[in-house]
Amino acid sequence: MLNKYPLWKYLLILLVLALGLLYAFPNLYPDDPALQLSTQKATSVVDQQALQKAELALSKANIELKKAELTSAGGTLRFNNGEDQLAAKPVVAAALGEDYVTALNLVPTTPEWLSSLGAGPAKLGLDLRGGVHFLLEVDTPAALKQRLEVSSSEMKAALRKDRVRYRSVSIADGVLSIRFLKESDLTLAEDLLKGEFAEYRYSTRQEDTDYFLDVSFTEAETKEIESYALQQNLTTLRNRVNELGVAEPLVQRQGSNRIVVELPGVQDTAAAKRIIGATANLEFHLEAGLDDQGADVETLSFRDGSGRTARLERDIIITGDSVADASSSFDENGQPQVNISLDSKGGKQMTKVTRSAVGRNMAVVFIEHKSRSRFVEKDGKMEEVRRSYSEKGIISLATIQTTLGNSFRITGLDSPRESSELALLLRAGALAAPIYFVEERTIGPSLGAENIQLGVTSAQIGLLVVMLFMLVYYKVFGIFANVSLALNIVLLMACMSLMSATLTLPGIAGIVLTMGMAVDANVLIFSRIKEELANGVPSQQAIHSGFNRAFTTIFDANITTLLVAVILFAVGTGPVKGFAVTLSLGILTSMFTAIVVTRSQVNLVYGGRKNKKLYI
Amino acid sequence: MKVTTIPFMAMRKIVACFSVALILISLGSLAVKGLQFGLDFTGGTLVEVAYDQAPQLDDVRQLLADNGYDDIVVQNFGSPTDVVVRMANAYTPTLGDEVLESLRNHGEVSVTLQRSEFVGAQVGEELREQGGLGMLLALLIVMLYVAVRFQFKFSLASVAALAHDVIITLGFFSLFDVEFDLTVLAALLAVVGYSLNDTIVVCDRIRENFRIMRETEPYDLINESINQTLGRTLITSLTTLFVLVVLFLFGGEAIHNFSMALLVGIVIGTYSSIFVAANLLLALNVTREDLVPTPKEELEDELP
Repeated sequence: MLNKYPLWKYLLILLVLALGLLYAFPNLYPDDPALQLSTQKATSVVDQQALQKAELALSKANIELKKAELTSAGGTLRFNNGEDQLAAKPVVAAALGEDYVTALNLVPTTPEWLSSLGAGPAKLGLDLRGGVHFLLEVDTPAALKQRLEVSSSEMKAALRKDRVRYRSVSIADGVLSIRFLKESDLTLAEDLLKGEFAEYRYSTRQEDTDYFLDVSFTEAETKEIESYALQQNLTTLRNRVNELGVAEPLVQRQGSNRIVVELPGVQDTAAAKRIIGATANLEFHLEAGLDDQGADVETLSFRDGSGRTARLERDIIITGDSVADASSSFDENGQPQVNISLDSKGGKQMTKVTRSAVGRNMAVVFIEHKSRSRFVEKDGKMEEVRRSYSEKGIISLATIQTTLGNSFRITGLDSPRESSELALLLRAGALAAPIYFVEERTIGPSLGAENIQLGVTSAQIGLLVVMLFMLVYYKVFGIFANVSLALNIVLLMACMSLMSATLTLPGIAGIVLTMGMAVDANVLIFSRIKEELANGVPSQQAIHSGFNRAFTTIFDANITTLLVAVILFAVGTGPVKGFAVTLSLGILTSMFTAIVVTRSQVNLVYGGRKNKKLYI
Repeated sequence: MKVTTIPFMAMRKIVACFSVALILISLGSLAVKGLQFGLDFTGGTLVEVAYDQAPQLDDVRQLLADNGYDDIVVQNFGSPTDVVVRMANAYTPTLGDEVLESLRNHGEVSVTLQRSEFVGAQVGEELREQGGLGMLLALLIVMLYVAVRFQFKFSLASVAALAHDVIITLGFFSLFDVEFDLTVLAALLAVVGYSLNDTIVVCDRIRENFRIMRETEPYDLINESINQTLGRTLITSLTTLFVLVVLFLFGGEAIHNFSMALLVGIVIGTYSSIFVAANLLLALNVTREDLVPTPKEELEDELP
């Protein structure tokens, strides 16, 4: 019984540890607070000139710049601290003007030779970095209703074209009902519509003297529309988030009708929410003539609060969906305006309508779909009731001087902020269905920094306490265990970095907890060795059987904890997931260090010679 | 540490009474008082702000009431300068900023937003369901694993011990009105993992001893096994408790309840792996025959 490892085993262990150190190393470099510069237009790029402009403005404003550099994504301005970064944002934004997006960001300071090896610091969760987390729910019933509304006008047109007489059309609970006076009309209509609109399910019923044709989507069609609405909204949200210029944003589908949006480092949360949640769109209408009456006319008021109203035709010329590009600027009088260019289809439509309407007035209508939620008591429980409504208002009503083409401008907006946000929304596209915020978590940057500080402090103290205890209790073997424990943390951090797992505050707590638990394997082994020694077994034999006999126990005990950690990962969200990650990684790395690394140290020190006494 | 010879099994009746009493108190409190669920599970809105100077909470309440916020709870959070405002109000995307604006009182007071959270009622309900489901799933999987690796009686005993730990920890949270949020749920699952770890170490020794000590009666054998593993159980619990106390004291308010749940759970878990699991094994009438069909494993070769 000599307890010797062959040389290759030591070398292998050293190699693993060296790799661990290498990949854990970048975590020692703190991130720089920075401003990320990018452009909105494909035609312009962030170049040296733009950086120089920014540098000049910063030195004028007495803000110290750490470093300015060009990257593949644009430009990065690094600062020494968060205050400089915050102060610099408006300065740089003003200096560079509208074409550039400036975003707050944290940039890693990993040395080049490390990042070329794929090493980088672990990602920080929102609770450590600050930022916003949204969970949005897509109102799929509303999407279905919108589709039904579009179809209803198409169906009406089809019926009118074939001179089938119907009395009225109504939509309720996802069913479109067409009322007829005569049964013969009903059958005619059913045959006609079934041929032209195959994606629907048709059923007929009779009520009193009236005949009804009920039209609803087939199940497959419903699913299709719902998933289309979700997909469309995902795209739109991605566009909007990109317009915000956030670094490393996350826009992801969750479940059948929800979308997660995470914006790390965003500090102006109000603006982020306004833009993400905005359901604003534009509609262009002609003003109704005096002889237009009834259902074809709607009266809307102006948004400027003057109380003026105008009668508009219900028919829409185009909507904001036809906008290809939009930007905001100021007109000759210094009033905010939005310059719009339409896509080719929208442009043709606009030309067609305005050609025959020169001299008439055209209104630009601003629509916002909003929702209000209230809590009402129902069966003794508070329940949330949501009601959605639309706000429409005219932003401008102007005489068509000449036939309009692809590009024109609109004025009459309240403020530069409104014009630039409207331009942004028109560029990014409208949402296919209204969305609701069902969860929101905003963490201020100072809280994030505080959390990191707290986490690091408790990890340090925890490590110290455990190490002291092990040293006092197990003496020389305590040193072995402590070396293994320290290496365990290094390996854990390396794994986090390699997997680019997200570190959260509960995640740090998981690391601290792992420290307490990681020594368990060593405690098991050492207790066994002590036991063997107490039974009068010679020391080399005691070491050997101590390690061997403790192994199954360690294995069984750790596997079950690992199983629980995996479940935790599956059910948890955000920070809790971070806890599950560090806990399970910690279990795996601690098994390696506590068994293999400790054994190698014991072998190195005690192996291969006769020992009278083990300091354990 | 010398192997002790404490007659654990002789105390088993007293211990059983103690455990049953704790469980009854816990279940009673859970039934009567229930758990004080946090925002994660109830839904609602929460705004945490930091003042430069510690404010009077009554003034803050008054200020918010003047601004039309009713049905609010205002509390300190960790320090006198940190204040948390909870609302059951309807949510609007701008609520957090509106509250902050009100608290600033037209720029008179310097307040910064630390965090604002909103959870919809339905999301809260889903999280609650998911959490409960996760807990049951964890127990089930553990039960299966132990049944496969050990034997059915061991599996019953260890899962009963886990349920014991979870119920008493929940009871503690209910009795002392400590807020139960997602992190506490995570801690509870970690307790399950940890306590199981302890229990398995004891069970492992019992299994081993059944193979070695062929003449000993189960009663004495179990007692001996607990004594043999006692040193390890206590030391590991001690190191874990050390770090948890550190987390509790230095980890900050955000993980305060989390570390409290772990502290309580691990104390109970240590107790249960010494007393409850083995006690139940004996009550289930575990015999050598239960373990004989399992072929003796060659432990020697498994070490890397």
